[in-house]
Amino acid sequence: MNSNIPRMILGSNHMDLADRVLAKDKRAAARLITLIESEEEEAYEQLGILHASTGKAHIIGVTGPPGSGKSTIVDRLAKKIRAKGKTVGIIAVDPTSPFTGGAILGDRIRMVDLTLDEGVFIRSMGTRGHLGGLSRAASGAVKVLDAFGMDVVILETVGAGQSEVEIVSHAHTTVIVEMPGLGDEIQTIKAGIMEIADIFVINKADREGADKTAMEIQAMLGLNPEKPEWEPPILQTVARTDQGVDVLLEKVEEHYKYLKASGKFEKMVEMGIREELNTLIRGHLNRLADDMIDREQFDKMVNDILARKIDPYTAASQLVEDIENKLK
Amino acid sequence: MSERKMRVLIAKPGLDGHDRGAKIVARALRDAGFEVIYTGLHQTPEQIVETAIQEDVDAIGMSCLSGAHMTLFPKVTRLLREKGIDDILVTGGGIIPQEDIPKLKEEGIDMIFGPGTPLETIVKYHRENIVHSKNELEHPEDDTRK
Ligand code: B12
Ligand SMILES: Nc1nc2c(ncn2[C@@H]2O[C@H](COP(=O)(O)OP(=O)(O)OP(=O)(O)O)[C@@H](O)[C@H]2O)c(=O)[nH]1
Ligand SMILES: [Mg+2]
Repeated sequence: MNSNIPRMILGSNHMDLADRVLAKDKRAAARLITLIESEEEEAYEQLGILHASTGKAHIIGVTGPPGSGKSTIVDRLAKKIRAKGKTVGIIAVDPTSPFTGGAILGDRIRMVDLTLDEGVFIRSMGTRGHLGGLSRAASGAVKVLDAFGMDVVILETVGAGQSEVEIVSHAHTTVIVEMPGLGDEIQTIKAGIMEIADIFVINKADREGADKTAMEIQAMLGLNPEKPEWEPPILQTVARTDQGVDVLLEKVEEHYKYLKASGKFEKMVEMGIREELNTLIRGHLNRLADDMIDREQFDKMVNDILARKIDPYTAASQLVEDIENKLK
Repeated sequence: MSERKMRVLIAKPGLDGHDRGAKIVARALRDAGFEVIYTGLHQTPEQIVETAIQEDVDAIGMSCLSGAHMTLFPKVTRLLREKGIDDILVTGGGIIPQEDIPKLKEEGIDMIFGPGTPLETIVKYHRENIVHSKNELEHPEDDTRK
């Protein structure tokens, strides 16, 4: 099937990808996500066009330790959402090897029945060196599926330990999937991750110890002196046999309604935009700095710092001052 | 701009339960820096093609040791053609008699790897036959790019 024609040339015109995504062309959506992952200029142009059509999807984040059943839950949840007539986009992130840059993306194994469903689009991603449980391209991919018209977009993070809390700034509703029997249970749910949960799920409740884990989470939540407006429910599921997943969906929908009714939703979205704009500006400024730093001066400073003639703090200030003067 | 990563779908079509070969090939490609989408056993040709589309893979590799390759592999390439997809490399492996290979190639399967094929051969083949960077084409020798 390969006529040795480079794919970039074959699909040479990427200028119409956004329009094709809006016309619900899955191949276009898939290709645009590839371009976003490779950080190609054209991708941002197309995303720019799509922006006006985004902001409609309910974005659900699913995170939790490796093997707790995230993908199985996503599969079950997606089926129930589909049964209500809504469409679902899924972005599933798995770790990239820091040594080889390669990855085996296996989340789809649990979602095979969804493959041929017209109203579902699943994309697997490697973290590609990004820390935090997601990939750099994840938010762009969510936008593509949002603009595509998916009513719900589910974002599954890599098996997250404790510090991978980035998901909160990408999802409206964050679900943490735990499981019983991880030894000293509470060790797995460190403060950071506790605080980001809108809903706790203890999956594999067919195993010993689910009640104990639930009680421990309850106790941890009880330590918070302020009673939050939204109290994260603690649910038990057996995703493998579909037990408790309907309750999970109810809670997910309830949380969405709460966000909307309380005005939190607008605030959350605005914060997200602030963050994104900041990140983009910083990216531009980094490139600007690269272009404008006087390389000779920079090398000289390095030598002077080495020779202890100047300290790095003063040197950096001086280099930036030079840029500022140039800009005036 | 970061590089374009090579993505390969490793699929087990049909009812065949022999998955050692598929898993070993998946791991070899991962270790060579590829992103490998592995979807498990018992995939239909339709599922394989749809997954390839959504994942925008550069190559589909099918593993079959049950003897059903003559129906399953061509079904995949036919579906690809029907959808107008001609830029995905398609390979196969497993127990495939020598005399079946020309027919499979005629059907659009680019390469067949039988038992005992060194993993380096498989990796090398994918490296050499997936070409997709515009920049590579325009500046084949230029690696001063960032
Ligand atoms: C191990 C084995 C099993 C194991 C499988 C374990 C597993 N999870 O995989 C078990 C015991 C379960 C088993 C069961 C059966 N087996 Co069996 N099994 C074998 C055996 C001995 C080795 C297969 C193997 O794992 N090889 C090691 C791997 C690494 O090699 P490989 O798969 O060939 O892969 C290499 C290449 O082919 C290539 N490759 C393979 N796939 C791909 C994919 C891509 C994309 C690429 C690029 C390359 C590539 O690269 C790999 C590296 O070189 C073979 C005999 C043989 N010598 O091949 C019989 C064999 C495959 N089995 C056979 C049979 C008949 C069966 C059973 C039906 C037997 C029975 N009556 O119970 C069952 C059916 C199981 C099922 N559900 O489908 C027959 C198939 C006959 C046929 N096709 O006409 C064989 C050939 C034995 C024989 N000579 O009769 N089997
Ligand atoms: N006993 C039991 N096993 C389950 C349950 N849910 C999922 N599993 C199994 O747990 C294993 C891991 O499930 P996944 O859904 O892949 O877990 P995951 O959290 O997505 O895993 P990673 O993405 O690798 O972190 C699989 O073998 C599932 O079949 C459950 O409720 N009970
Ligand atoms: Mg998973």
